Amino acid sequence: MKPTDLGAPDYLHKVVDCQWACPAHTPVPEYIRLVAAGRYADAYAINWRSNVFPGILGRVCDRPCEPACRRGRVEEQPVAICRLKRVAADLKGDITDRLPRPPQQPNGKRIACIGAGPASMTVARDLAVLGYSVTVFDSGTSAGGMMRSQIPKFRLPDAIIDEECGYIEGLGVEVRLNHWVDSLRDMLAAGWDAVFVGTGAPRGRDAELPGRQEAAANIHLGIDWLANVAFGHTTSIGRRVLVLGGGNTAMDCCRSARRLGGEDVQVVVRSGFDEMKASPWEKEEAIHEGIPIHNFLVPLEFVHDKGRLTGVRFDTVRAEYDAKGRRSLVSTGAPAVLMPCDDVLVAIGQENSFPWIERDIGVDFDRWGMPVLDAKTLQSTRPDVFFGGDAAFGPKNIITAVAQGHEAAISIDRFCQGQDVALRPAPLTRLVSQKMGIHEWSYANDVSEDRRRKMPVRDLSATLGDVRLELELGFDVELACKEAARCLNCDVATVFTPHACIECDACIDICPSECITFTADGEEAELRQRLKAPATNTEQSLYHADGLKTGRVMVKDENVCVHCGMCAERCPTGAWDMQKFVLHTAHAGAEVTPV
Amino acid sequence: MTYLAKPKLLRPDTPRNALGYTRRDYEGAISTLCAGCGHDSISASVVQACFDLDVEPHKVAKLSGIGCSSKTPDYFLGNSHGFNSVHGRMPSVLTGAALANRNLLYLGVSGDGDSASIGIGQFAHAMRRGVNMTYIVENNGVYGLTKGQFSATADKGSKSKKGVINSDSPIDLAALALQLGATYVARSFSGDKEQLVPLIKGALRHGGPAFIDVISPCVTFNNHTGSTKSYDYVREHNAAVNRLDVILPKAQIEASYPPGSLRRVVQHDGSILHLRKLGVDYDPSDRIGAMNYLQERQALGEIVTGLLYVDSSGEDMHAHLNTVEKSLNQLGDAYLCPGSGALAALNASLR
Repeated sequence: MKPTDLGAPDYLHKVVDCQWACPAHTPVPEYIRLVAAGRYADAYAINWRSNVFPGILGRVCDRPCEPACRRGRVEEQPVAICRLKRVAADLKGDITDRLPRPPQQPNGKRIACIGAGPASMTVARDLAVLGYSVTVFDSGTSAGGMMRSQIPKFRLPDAIIDEECGYIEGLGVEVRLNHWVDSLRDMLAAGWDAVFVGTGAPRGRDAELPGRQEAAANIHLGIDWLANVAFGHTTSIGRRVLVLGGGNTAMDCCRSARRLGGEDVQVVVRSGFDEMKASPWEKEEAIHEGIPIHNFLVPLEFVHDKGRLTGVRFDTVRAEYDAKGRRSLVSTGAPAVLMPCDDVLVAIGQENSFPWIERDIGVDFDRWGMPVLDAKTLQSTRPDVFFGGDAAFGPKNIITAVAQGHEAAISIDRFCQGQDVALRPAPLTRLVSQKMGIHEWSYANDVSEDRRRKMPVRDLSATLGDVRLELELGFDVELACKEAARCLNCDVATVFTPHACIECDACIDICPSECITFTADGEEAELRQRLKAPATNTEQSLYHADGLKTGRVMVKDENVCVHCGMCAERCPTGAWDMQKFVLHTAHAGAEVTPV
Repeated sequence: MTYLAKPKLLRPDTPRNALGYTRRDYEGAISTLCAGCGHDSISASVVQACFDLDVEPHKVAKLSGIGCSSKTPDYFLGNSHGFNSVHGRMPSVLTGAALANRNLLYLGVSGDGDSASIGIGQFAHAMRRGVNMTYIVENNGVYGLTKGQFSATADKGSKSKKGVINSDSPIDLAALALQLGATYVARSFSGDKEQLVPLIKGALRHGGPAFIDVISPCVTFNNHTGSTKSYDYVREHNAAVNRLDVILPKAQIEASYPPGSLRRVVQHDGSILHLRKLGVDYDPSDRIGAMNYLQERQALGEIVTGLLYVDSSGEDMHAHLNTVEKSLNQLGDAYLCPGSGALAALNASLR
């Protein structure tokens, strides 16, 4: 097997599972340590650099980091990373003096961002600090995009969105609200140096079934209805509500309906419970609020009495998989199920919609109506037009939109400076020893055996009565410290220096997860079988080092290493060291180093 | 050395033995020895051997004397019986314990100072009495606790950390054990667990006096150039005569070996020792041959390791003394103290 090159930035980055899984590559363990140390403003600043909206994401992020968390592999539950982000945001105090200031002299380039959602605001922030004059256009009455219009206030209060969009406006970004952009051609004619399209996926998919037209008064498209609730246009709903769909929008719909007077709210999903697109915790919360979820029911028709909706009829199905593993839902033949209701919320998907982009201005679209983009640079077929967020590759989530915003900002900057957009700046990395004394490290290597802490919530009866009252209370300092201690500090890497090793076996004997082996070299697949504990998780790397006196090699299975540093404490020669790996992704303005 | 206890988190695929225990269940307190001490590897080997043999921890008694080596029983088998005795007196305390309760597995842990200097008499008599025990000497050639003076096993001509040359002749404990009647004699190296773990397993299942001399480098005082007990020196001069596999009676035998390369020894309890020859034609059932071989090779500067001698037909102390099958604590007061009438009858029979 080839010896591991720790200098390649991806190797150690991958060991930090949470950071690797985060689309914006937020340095998670670093900010968790700062939260534990009570340095909330510092923790917030690290988040703000990477993900722009720590207060928002600390509440409603899709949390790709948590399923990736190493803790989930050595114990049952991952670290409550998202909750700790919120702690940083809640307790940070005034951070305005930490925010960057745009240069006194603007660089003369003018950028238009269309839509004021997370992707556009990220582009605006990254470019404003470099001296670009950025104008954000949005049809709404306030910035935030889908974060404002689709996420219910009891999950994400307006004040948080105001604050974090405010930081960006404070950088000199002009946000032109109530401004509907109806032609990209006109926009381009206005002489912008580049245009960024971050208009999201604004159109809810409808359920075209018999009775849809007749009963239209009581059938609502999920995201439109959520927007009406968010802006106070809708304040009530019928007593019995059916929500069609199994994604996070469906969960937001049913929980909002529950708060607007829906006493008997039920969710009906085509697929099985486990295949539902909603995040597990959102399903849990819906169930906690007394909302049953029915699975394997496909809607057949809206039943109405002379235009007044009375119910929805469903066919019972089961999932069948073909040889390629593709699922099809097949009717069981059971009699159709009629579920009576007063209102239906349709949350079965979202689509992109670009009626305002002329098809003859050089921006090409594919046959699904999606813009043709370079996946890395997010540049469209017209060099001065860039896309990001849900508008780029369809609906994903906020953190993905932020990550794409960063990439688009790099592209726009390079484009405006006349540089090759395809050349991307490398991330900034550092690897520094954390040794402070013989048995002292700059991080807490005493592994906590605590279980994940639950989020304290407001009393259900209070929160079900007010659609704008935030449900989750956030961790207090004590909970935050306990939870932060569960982090395994995966960014503090085990670094091995073969020529210093005397092969005394001390590291092997002390390793609590039995991940170190000294053995004869071999091919990776075969080596994995004959380690001290077989390395069966092939998604996790083997750390391989040669150059030992006996000709053997050191192989460490990264899978379940708990980063306790005991190998380094037990090593008589310092061949093992614990070194902190820092990686900050490059943002706009970073230089491309010649290879 | 480290101050932190090992985290209790276990990897999800942690193997369990027939009793449902993990390797971690056979560990003890966290070691306070120097980082890199060979003794810690021997502790880990004992843990591995007991795990592999499905040993019930409460059926083991571990006894030791004084010294770095004699501290180690604290670092393994945390749920077993233990006795940290006086310097060099582990063998007699262990003999007494074994006489009182023959149903425990006895593990004596000692060092070169404890067994070859102050306790050499005790060592010698435990071997010749045939106490049913596993006697492990963690042999580093120096007195580590008192800053590295030569011990009685240090080779003549070897150099101390301060540069002093040793002028005294060394005691070869394995050779002595052979001469004194041990029926299972082995030598190994703490840096070679593949060899050491099976040797400990074979000894634990031997059922008679089993002795293992384990060269265990002292990283702090005896791991320099000029030492003959350093990691590098032992690796360079290690001449293994065989490789051992211990096969329990219930286990299926899977491995196949070329004819003539394997010697099979069945022990009292039905466990089978598979000895794979390594290069030399060495006969581990020939006690005199083994003694000669050890002397020959030592003269050439080699360190002979492996299972040097095994006699599975030997009898232990209980057989010599014709002791009762049950342990004393199970005999009951009436049996142990049959009263003055029985004493009078015994006295009368001897008049």
